[in-house]
Amino acid sequence: MRIGIPRALLYYHYYPLWLTFWQQLGLQVKSSPPTNKEILNQGVSAAVAEACLPVKVFYGHALHLAPQAEFLFVPRLVSAEPGTYICPKLMGLPDMLRHAGKKLPPVISPTLNARCGPRAWELAFIRTAAVLGFGARQAERAWKVAVAEQARYTAKLGEGKTPLDVSEGAEDDDRSSRKALLVLSHPYNLFDDFVSLGLIRRLRARGYRVITAEMLPGRVIAEEAARLPKALFWSLGRLILGAGGYYLRSGGVVGIIHVVSFGCGPDSLVGELLERQARRFGKLPFLLLTLDEHTGDGGMVTRLEAFLDMVEWRGAS
Amino acid sequence: MKVTFPHMGHLHVPLRSFFAALGVETVVPPPIGRETLALGTRYAPEFACLPLKVNVGNFLQAARMGADTVVMAGGVGPCRFGYYAQVEREILRDLGVKLDMVVLEPPQGHWRELWLGLRAITGGADLKAIWRAGKLAWRKLTALDELERELHRVRAREATPGASTEAWRKIVDRLDRAEAVSEVEEVARQGKALLAAIPRREDDDVLRVGLVGEIYTLLEPAVNLEVERVLGEMGVEVERSIYLSDWVKTNLVFHSLHLRDDREEYRLAAPYLGHFVGGHGLESISFTIRYARAGLDGVIQLAPLTCMPEIVAESILPKVSRDVGIPVLTFMLDEHASEVGMRTRLEAFCDLLRERRRRKERFLVGARDAAADLRE
Repeated sequence: MRIGIPRALLYYHYYPLWLTFWQQLGLQVKSSPPTNKEILNQGVSAAVAEACLPVKVFYGHALHLAPQAEFLFVPRLVSAEPGTYICPKLMGLPDMLRHAGKKLPPVISPTLNARCGPRAWELAFIRTAAVLGFGARQAERAWKVAVAEQARYTAKLGEGKTPLDVSEGAEDDDRSSRKALLVLSHPYNLFDDFVSLGLIRRLRARGYRVITAEMLPGRVIAEEAARLPKALFWSLGRLILGAGGYYLRSGGVVGIIHVVSFGCGPDSLVGELLERQARRFGKLPFLLLTLDEHTGDGGMVTRLEAFLDMVEWRGAS
Repeated sequence: MKVTFPHMGHLHVPLRSFFAALGVETVVPPPIGRETLALGTRYAPEFACLPLKVNVGNFLQAARMGADTVVMAGGVGPCRFGYYAQVEREILRDLGVKLDMVVLEPPQGHWRELWLGLRAITGGADLKAIWRAGKLAWRKLTALDELERELHRVRAREATPGASTEAWRKIVDRLDRAEAVSEVEEVARQGKALLAAIPRREDDDVLRVGLVGEIYTLLEPAVNLEVERVLGEMGVEVERSIYLSDWVKTNLVFHSLHLRDDREEYRLAAPYLGHFVGGHGLESISFTIRYARAGLDGVIQLAPLTCMPEIVAESILPKVSRDVGIPVLTFMLDEHASEVGMRTRLEAFCDLLRERRRRKERFLVGARDAAADLRE
């Protein structure tokens, strides 16, 4: 059996877990290639115009994989931590895809909802495996291996690597004393090199160390998020405001870049709170970069260079 | 203390009544207009959904009129509305506008906080007084909703366009001024009579269209460009999936008692959408199915631009529409939406619905004739 996993949305957070689980059960796992123009175009034409860029990219990856897989793995991601959600669109994603009017293999979509208890994800995976004919024992074993693999991945991110570094096996060259920039974004914007127009590469080429929210320990994020006037119910937003708050308070970076996709609901509010906070602290240069399917290199490079000039000018004075 | 609150349809009528009965002074923001939108779009985040922008406009206008406290509802996600108040508070703070915000969060089993919030804005009134004020406000709300349903039926059939809208304004005004439950009952009776007395057209060629979508854009005429009035005056009877009193029942009463009265919506939507997605995304699917089964001619979905739950629904509705056989038209509204643009699309949609109906009738006549031939 060949199962297809689109390289989009929270793939960047969870691919070790997802891939390992199915591989352990003996399935052949096929991920889509990194985003390219063709995949993006396919997604843009299949999704409704109002959908945000990452959802369109996801559609593209799913359609790209469709002819090559017997099943598509599209989990219904409701919640990753108790008391939070991720985004309404991720809660409806498998249904949106199924009813998009495209030819697709059967879509496997366990409901992953941490609000239902600490073992909810595990049980959802085991139940899904059962539908495909795998016994509970076998699935539990696969789950344990997958969780360990995921933990190793998270640890590597904690060492200052990006998901791209991990998958490309990049060396530890980034722990030097170079000046650091905090780049805040949902993983599927920033770590998709095509969508982010190679932002991380560009910053590194200019000699900066890139810090992302994923590199901070969960404890720090939780402490910072607890300062919010009301518990934020989007876990990705919590990550952004937590990391942003931490560095605004403690320093240690020379600037903050917030990368959002056009039409992102949660970020329209999260970004507003972040920007207002940054302005009140008033110490760190802040850049908001909005990505959409029409984004060209030119516009971004200009804005980025202007921003970096400001960062460097401040550093010099 | 001078209390204000965001506009949403005729919500200000029961709210003003509630506070007045408790002796709390209120400032109702001016009706949503150009100025409201201008203020909202200037100070609210560019990509926020429209209701947040209008809220900000309401608050700034109310502050100019002397309001010092905002009362509004909260939420627990995943829809953005649950974090509106926090963002709005930051905006007001940075503008240096002095407005206290009291946010009534839906009690998730904890009634204490809601009770403390209520006490804070009611000047420490006792439970009995709050109950009495609540009862009057509730009756006003249900009366408004009942009469509005009637308004939709009458408007599609009125001989003089605008006659029922004028009657409706009178009714809202009188209900607003009623001071006791008995008075509300009397106004409700008069209101029904007022609507019943409106002269009707000779023909009964009325299309029936269901409105589904996001609650704020459904309930606030200033934001949906008065789509109900425009449709009504085109001879379309409107059915709406959400009335404020139903929403209060489902969300404030049933859910906080851990009861459900929306199982049927989940059951209907299940073949298309297997999980709630926040806001009213799931209801947009289930009500489209309901309206098709009830024989309505079409469905219109309304939502603010970038509304997440409604984008999920919008992505699925084309399939629902084909399966259950009902045309669906979507309007995503923002501060740039124009009445002319909407009217053009509505006219084209109604032409399509009339043509479908004629074809269906011709088909039925044909089938009847064929059956008669067979019998002979």
